[in-house]
Amino acid sequence: MSTLSARHIPLSHLVPWLLAVPALLLLGYLVLMDNGAVSQTGGYLHELMHDGRHLLGVPCH
Amino acid sequence: MVRTLLVRGLLLGLLAGLVAGVFAFAVGEPRIDDAIALEKAAAVHEHGAAAEPGSATHGHETGTPEQRAGTHGKESGTHEHGDEVGRGTQKAGLFLATGLYGLAVGGVFSLAFAGLRGRVGPRSDAALALATAGTAFAAVIVVPFLKYPANPPAVGDPETINTRTLLYLAMIGVGLLSTAIAVTTVRGVRGGPWARWPAAVLAFVVPVAVASLLLPAVDEVPDGFPATLLWQFRITSLGTQLVFWASFGTLFGWFCDRAARAPAPA
Ligand SMILES: [Zn+2]
Repeated sequence: MSTLSARHIPLSHLVPWLLAVPALLLLGYLVLMDNGAVSQTGGYLHELMHDGRHLLGVPCH
Repeated sequence: MVRTLLVRGLLLGLLAGLVAGVFAFAVGEPRIDDAIALEKAAAVHEHGAAAEPGSATHGHETGTPEQRAGTHGKESGTHEHGDEVGRGTQKAGLFLATGLYGLAVGGVFSLAFAGLRGRVGPRSDAALALATAGTAFAAVIVVPFLKYPANPPAVGDPETINTRTLLYLAMIGVGLLSTAIAVTTVRGVRGGPWARWPAAVLAFVVPVAVASLLLPAVDEVPDGFPATLLWQFRITSLGTQLVFWASFGTLFGWFCDRAARAPAPA
């Protein structure tokens, strides 16, 4: 059985992986909110993800 | 360790996203089709058939849905459903959207989980995964939903999309902040569970209620839009998120549990 201290991950181990967060948030933004400004695909990406946006509950149009 | 959790979060998030996609496809797509049919009828009624000089092939419901026609990028601001991307492609795109959403959420979740582990919340990984997923669902999904509920196509003014998106994100911020306040409160309050839990609930609900009262309302449902369809769509949308978070929390917890039983890797 692991103890509480063994379960705690030191922040120094965690910090480098936090670099993935901006990339993950960008992916979320592209799927849920972009209207062509960032993706540079016109409305294509928006239209492709359209039903998902509505059903995931984010404002769409 | 962090790498293992991140990879697990990404893969299980993708999987849970696809599961939610199946639910959304089966239950949600018929509602979207109904709403789009109303939208088309209203557009023809209001603007007449000559509203769009560029697209003569407007009546795509009768023909094949495969008419994306390479026109993407040409049209700038307004978006007309099914003109750039056919409905068939959009229905496939639903799985892409929920899958990628799951990937992104799963990745962020796993890093938050790695930070919480051993610091806040239940000690067992499985219980922590479920508690974190449940809390995230309440803070990031239910809180914004109560103030700015999901809308089907045909509901909402395209002119206000940026404002509505910012307000929606503000409510997500409120949900996360209220969670932080509740967690701080529950750790600070002395006394048994009878004192701590009501204090935590109050510390969560009060900031959410205050923000809901202060932030502007959005009411853009067109006159005559069927209330039943609106209600069904909103419940289906909340259901899609519930399916996602329930399957993701369960899968993540289950895999943590399984990993803990296996002989420990380095
Ligand atoms: Zn839209």
